[in-house]
Amino acid sequence: MSILVDKNTRLIVNGITGREGSFHTQQMIAYGTNVVGGVTPGKGGEKFEGKTPIFDTVREAKEATNANCAIIYVPPRFAPDSIYECIDAEIQLIVCITEGIPIQDMIRVRSVLDRSKSRLIGANCPGLLTPGQAKVGIMPGYIATPGNVGVVSKSGTLTYEVVNALTQRGMGQTTCVGIGGDPVNGTSFIDVLQMFQDDPETEKIVLIGEIGGTDEQKAAEFIATKMTKPVVSFIAGRTAPPGRTMGHAGAMVEGGVGSAEEKIEKLRAAGVKVAMHPEQIPDLL
Amino acid sequence: MNLHEYQAKLRFGEFGIPVPKGKVATTPEEAFDIAREMGKPVVIKAQVLTGGRGKAGGVKVAKTPDEARDKASQILNMDIKGHIVYKVLVDPAVDIKSEIYLSITNDRAAKRPLLMASSAGGMEIEQVAHEMPEKLIREYIDPSLGLRDFQVRNVAAEIGLPRAHWKQFGEIASALYRCYIDSDATLVEINPLAIVGTGDSEQIMALDGKFSVDDNALFRHADLAEKRDLQEEPPEETRARAAGISYVKLDGNIGCMVNGAGLAMTTMDLTKYFADELGATNVGPANFLDIGGGAKADRVAAALRIILADPKVKVVLFNIFGGITRGDEVARGILQALEEVKTPIPMVIRLAGTNSEEGLKLINEAHLPNLVGASSLADAARKAVQIAQGA
Repeated sequence: MSILVDKNTRLIVNGITGREGSFHTQQMIAYGTNVVGGVTPGKGGEKFEGKTPIFDTVREAKEATNANCAIIYVPPRFAPDSIYECIDAEIQLIVCITEGIPIQDMIRVRSVLDRSKSRLIGANCPGLLTPGQAKVGIMPGYIATPGNVGVVSKSGTLTYEVVNALTQRGMGQTTCVGIGGDPVNGTSFIDVLQMFQDDPETEKIVLIGEIGGTDEQKAAEFIATKMTKPVVSFIAGRTAPPGRTMGHAGAMVEGGVGSAEEKIEKLRAAGVKVAMHPEQIPDLL
Repeated sequence: MNLHEYQAKLRFGEFGIPVPKGKVATTPEEAFDIAREMGKPVVIKAQVLTGGRGKAGGVKVAKTPDEARDKASQILNMDIKGHIVYKVLVDPAVDIKSEIYLSITNDRAAKRPLLMASSAGGMEIEQVAHEMPEKLIREYIDPSLGLRDFQVRNVAAEIGLPRAHWKQFGEIASALYRCYIDSDATLVEINPLAIVGTGDSEQIMALDGKFSVDDNALFRHADLAEKRDLQEEPPEETRARAAGISYVKLDGNIGCMVNGAGLAMTTMDLTKYFADELGATNVGPANFLDIGGGAKADRVAAALRIILADPKVKVVLFNIFGGITRGDEVARGILQALEEVKTPIPMVIRLAGTNSEEGLKLINEAHLPNLVGASSLADAARKAVQIAQGA
């Protein structure tokens, strides 16, 4: 078992002919992901690498392929429209890799999303990886291996670091989920924790958070009251100065809220083991 | 990106919010001229991107042009929390009857815009929230509806605003919301929004303003992007932005070059963690730097120049998780960059991910005396701390 993506995922790629989109589509196909089509307005009817059909619109792509998942590799100024288009076509799972979407756009997206049938992962995220089944995003597939640890994270390379350390210690993963580092996103830690709690194969969970906002604090409350499976955590940004954005648009301690200390304290109070550096995570598991 | 008070008030004025007709001076003489032209008492206000200007002596009233010159010369070049005052705003002084707080911001938790108001104007909003939370009124705004009139009436009633001012308060709140949306702001704050004047000329006016714009939205706000005050940030940060590198200057001595924001923060944290463990009290991260994907030679070189421009840096710690990029490519990028940027500063290099062993082999074979390989993240951080400690 796994969550969100697996062998039955039928993926379409928005921005399949772009630089990022085409590169990562090759990688996803090589991993074994079932990429059923792509969307680039103006290139409908062509084929990606002579095989995967390209459509002008998401609606056409969905009708022709019965896709249940869409990934978005589209620059920030066009990405919101691409998300709306996927919501309109009632794609179940939308994964947006794009970094740099303005927050007010994401607030409007979120308001439409909450009234829709779709789930959005991201934006500004590395996507999802269910080892041995499907890779939807940009995570390097070879670092992961099937197992019973669920991984959820706001980060990209930090997640790879942790997944790599787990794999090297023989601890495989059910699914690795990157929820992204933007201040307003589609899926929260709690959403993913609930899915891991409900997934019979996931036995332990790793939660990788960072400074900014209150998502980790809410996760701590959720873990204390709603979860039976053990959670190990790492929080990045203990040395980050307040009031500064640390790369991710959401990684900022504002008005005294969202510091690493505050998050670590809340997680520990909820019974979560918090690692002081990523290489300690396998030991704590 | 933050705007100065004078820029914020100009912008508010463009959206129809009444503001004092002030002018900016960069010399005491200019302040004298502005005060003489106004022909009445003025307030001289330091223009720096930090709070607490009043307490630091950066805001003073002047009754005459001569006084304006004196006060301006006291405030100009003042250091307020590490910010040097290069400009003052000269505003006509007004009679303040009462003060309100009004702001609109993005609420991360609610995922919508939030209007906040309080009758305790003039106080820092964090202090109001802490000491008298009942005075802080919150109205969440549905982004598809915008700020509705009834919400503004709710707020006016709850802060106890006299009815005579409800109409103008409504116009100001609506204008502030339009300004927030049209500017892709992350914060627009008027504190105080004051009732000024007497009798029939009594009106509401924005006497101070804070304004933050979403950096990610600057692509559609060229007019706002050019308002950035480069004197307010370290030159390294200006250069990093031009190079498309995410960089924040800190005050330690280990330069950090990392791919990915989360890993970059983690690398900083680890230098501090191992400095504490090794009792190296004077060692810590010199910067946050996310080089992005790929770590191509030209970007590594640009990033390295930025890190080394900081004279405090005693060692540079490379932490690159290859991911889809291959470790040998990254190593070639680093070596090529080091040919361009010749430096004796020690470098600890940790590569992980695809082809990282081949990458480390290339680094070792280069036989550069200042390069040190590391086998893990902890190993790299420890080595960097030891070098910085001994330097």
